[in-house]
Amino acid sequence: MSVLSLKDVHITYHTASGGVPAVRGVNLEVAKGEVLGLAGESGCGKSTIAAAILRLLPGTTKVEGSITLDGEDVLAMKPGRLRAVRWTGASIVFQGAMHALNPVQRVGDQIGEAITVHNQAGEREARVRVGALLEQVGLPTRRAMDFPHELSGGQKQRVMIAMALACNPSLVIADEPTTALDVMVQAQVLRLMKELQRDLGLSMVFITHDLSVLVETSDRLAIMYAGKVVEEGSAATVFHDPKHPYTAALAAAFPEIGDRRFRGNPTGLGGDPPDPQEIPSGCPFHPRCSVAFADCERTVPELFPAGEGRRAACLLVEGAKTVATGVSE
Amino acid sequence: MPAPETGLPKGAPILEVEDLHVTFRGRVGLIAGLRGQKGTRSRAVDGVDLLVRKGEVLAIAGESGCGKTTTARAIMGLQEVESGTIKYEGKPLPRNLKPYLRKVQMVFQDPTGTLNPRQTIYEIIAEGLRIHGIDRGPDGEPEEQLVARALSRAGLRPPDRFFLRYPHELSGGQRQRVVIGGALVLEPEVIVADEPVSNLDASVRGEILQLLMKLREDLDLTIVIVTHDLGLAWTVADRVAVMYLGRIVEIGPAEEVLLRPLHPYTKALLDVVPEAGGLDRPILTGEPPDPTKIPPGCRFHPRCPVVVSGKAAELGIEAACKGEDLALEEIQPGHFSACHASRQLGAEAAAAAIAAAGAAVAPEPVAEDGRTDDAASDEPPDGT
Repeated sequence: MSVLSLKDVHITYHTASGGVPAVRGVNLEVAKGEVLGLAGESGCGKSTIAAAILRLLPGTTKVEGSITLDGEDVLAMKPGRLRAVRWTGASIVFQGAMHALNPVQRVGDQIGEAITVHNQAGEREARVRVGALLEQVGLPTRRAMDFPHELSGGQKQRVMIAMALACNPSLVIADEPTTALDVMVQAQVLRLMKELQRDLGLSMVFITHDLSVLVETSDRLAIMYAGKVVEEGSAATVFHDPKHPYTAALAAAFPEIGDRRFRGNPTGLGGDPPDPQEIPSGCPFHPRCSVAFADCERTVPELFPAGEGRRAACLLVEGAKTVATGVSE
Repeated sequence: MPAPETGLPKGAPILEVEDLHVTFRGRVGLIAGLRGQKGTRSRAVDGVDLLVRKGEVLAIAGESGCGKTTTARAIMGLQEVESGTIKYEGKPLPRNLKPYLRKVQMVFQDPTGTLNPRQTIYEIIAEGLRIHGIDRGPDGEPEEQLVARALSRAGLRPPDRFFLRYPHELSGGQRQRVVIGGALVLEPEVIVADEPVSNLDASVRGEILQLLMKLREDLDLTIVIVTHDLGLAWTVADRVAVMYLGRIVEIGPAEEVLLRPLHPYTKALLDVVPEAGGLDRPILTGEPPDPTKIPPGCRFHPRCPVVVSGKAAELGIEAACKGEDLALEEIQPGHFSACHASRQLGAEAAAAAIAAAGAAVAPEPVAEDGRTDDAASDEPPDGT
């Protein structure tokens, strides 16, 4: 059974100028021990999904469809149950470690709080557990006595990871966990997360706009554009052999050093992400797409099968499929 | 666009930085100050020599705190320097920087923070002209035409559609184009861009870089890009300078530095570019050490894989690594490195040693990035 399952999820923010559809029909599954990478540019809805899984969105936001965590419907949970599930069922490593920690509380106490609040242990036991958690993320136990300002950026992010693991959750959501970090520290933190994930058999949702980070850390990738998943499949195949033009553009934004195609030739995607209140007709990507044709303006592409375990929402993929079946028949 | 040729840039020197030092002094409390105690000196830039040739794209790369931004700010006259000379077209900078700053323009990292939210795009672009007292272009064009030309060069077309808009009405990529337009309106010779795309979305980055490349081609601009992203350096730079703790430790043609690095630090930076080799490749532990406590000898030796793996001892250079500070030396034509291994053993043997050392330290456990603990304890205080 999958740890997390999203079925036809629609999320609409309520604003003064009307509803803003941030997520428009997303289906996702995360199996036990699997890492799902969720990528896309700002405003594509990836962080909204992360927040919706733990129901952290503002009360006025409309969430439709179904989100189940360990088989339990998150959207139907009563407040008490929800509070219990947050952190024990699923936890989040937030983006800015520097702002997510309380500056006037010792980091050990902040981690311990999560444990005691969830009645996982008493004060004393919690302290022991905090020490073990800190060692697990590569920090000496005595760091528990430090305040956040005494730690470097990488160390703070390690504390956030320790906190996310405090109640043995079955799912960890990492929302841009390394964007604010320096290159060397980013590599250290990514390696740590990968090791922990492997050792503890964690299920994870890993969110970032940097595809090259995801290809290292994830088993499967889902690429989002304008509130929808436009491509999914195993991480390496999606990155190295993208079927959707948008994925190809994202992958090209982080070229490999030594790849002569990019030398002196930065490749980018024209135009800007669409305004969620004015999503283009047909395929939402068509105004920025280099291979768009007349049909793209009219037809909304669904996720078509695009090879083993892969799907892509592009009419060209559908065309290729028709050709292929035509040949085999 | 043809790939920039390998080898040495041929243009005449346009910007020269000689033995640049920038020091920040820590604050001390009132009592300590009255007692005559001074704050700790932080040597942010500690002897940088740099020569930028006309028409080239030079990338300055390194981790946070290596002094790359401070160097750029010093070039722009935005940073008080302790010592050293900056020359433009062979002449030291005059006391009045204004004519120089017309020729050398800076593009900052965060377009949202750079643009005044209460000014229209027109006012933002025209401000540079007004500061420099320019009301007509070289051919007598009115201000409006100059602003329109800058905007359209920056890719905001049609320009008059943007005149009366405010920064908040634009997307991140468009805002960065406004910043670039503001730099272009003065028809500069050199653009110093500090992390011009790191705050932008992945998909927009390429476009802004494309724009910079096109401007260089069309306007014969010289571009200095400060970045932490070596992949970016690979796509746009003719030459790459790698900085560590306030010094350039390696500089040379991009293809040489990025594909055949001669300094172990450059190799280490290349190893952490995501996707380069999965997460099993060597990752340096620790964050860059404190610029208030620069280690003796080669400043990289406490983290250097060649030293840590024992390879340096094997090759008989360990004493030099730990005891002898060294400057950049030309190892191969146009390719300079400040490393005892490449200096004493030559390029090939050094590259082999760096590779072997990397492999030896590769699967190390993740250790604490603790500069405040062990890393600093065995370092003597700097020579202040």
